[in-house]
Amino acid sequence: MHIMEGYLPAEHAIGWSVASLPFLIVGVKRLSDRLRKDPESRLVLAAAGGFTFVLSALKLPSVTGSCSHPTGIGFGTVLFGPWIMTVVGFVVLLFQALLLAHGGLTTLGANCFSMAIAGGFTAWWIYRLGGALRLPFNLTIFLAAALSDLMTYVVTSLQLALAFPDPVGGVLGSAVKFLAVFAVTQVPLAISEGLLTVLVMNLLRSHASDIVGGLIPRLRGAVR
Amino acid sequence: MKRQNILLLVGAIALAVLPLVMLAHGGSEFGGSDDLATKLITVIKPGYQRWVSPLWEPPSGEIESLLFAVQASLGTGVVAYCLGYYRGRRRGQGNDAATR
Repeated sequence: MHIMEGYLPAEHAIGWSVASLPFLIVGVKRLSDRLRKDPESRLVLAAAGGFTFVLSALKLPSVTGSCSHPTGIGFGTVLFGPWIMTVVGFVVLLFQALLLAHGGLTTLGANCFSMAIAGGFTAWWIYRLGGALRLPFNLTIFLAAALSDLMTYVVTSLQLALAFPDPVGGVLGSAVKFLAVFAVTQVPLAISEGLLTVLVMNLLRSHASDIVGGLIPRLRGAVR
Repeated sequence: MKRQNILLLVGAIALAVLPLVMLAHGGSEFGGSDDLATKLITVIKPGYQRWVSPLWEPPSGEIESLLFAVQASLGTGVVAYCLGYYRGRRRGQGNDAATR
């Protein structure tokens, strides 16, 4: 999902940065409020960030014969909501842009939008929907994480299609081509991310049910 | 719970191993999808040149994989610290009845 440095025309790069900025500002505010009111959650927040660090470093082989990586955004979103995860995603992308030449500063806004914002809010809405439909908790967070992962790559494809419309097929034709590269590759990886998210959440719940219960109301007082 | 966790882990590993086995003889290169997309850009718009280059690039594939390993191990370290902290804290509280 990383659009490489310099591979978005300037106006697109600026546009996506401007689009991402308000989310980031609200995210920083929510983050500092949360840390002030609820210092207990600091360690879990660090773990959510750590999970994103690991998953976005894991380049996994896929059925298309190419490699891609999950994002890890869904896990933290379930615990802290999408705004705070926007900040976490931004930090991960900044690290990769500066130290790994993976992504870039001009494409940071676009990459932040696809991974942290589109991915985060997708996870959040799926998670809320799963709660409203009374789906089992583990199934809900599996779907939230997997679809958030997939949505990130769909958005990247659309961003590239908007910037580079196909001379014949236009934006739509170009979107199909980029989706073929990104979305198809991502399907098994999204499933992996869902499985790993449930796994780490299981571990966290079995050792820190009080903390998780404080962050996830529907699990409060759940006796296992 | 324990059994479910093992199944989840096996599932995730299988999803990573299966493509390698399935496509072992297909001549797949398993390159990065980000790089494929970058190539696709130059197919759709021939002659497009990046207008900014990264400030710094890892000088070799080894250094790049080193930095990816650092990224993954930092993340794992934090997650494991958190899980270990809460596990130890629960034990310390004597909530062993909750342990299976």
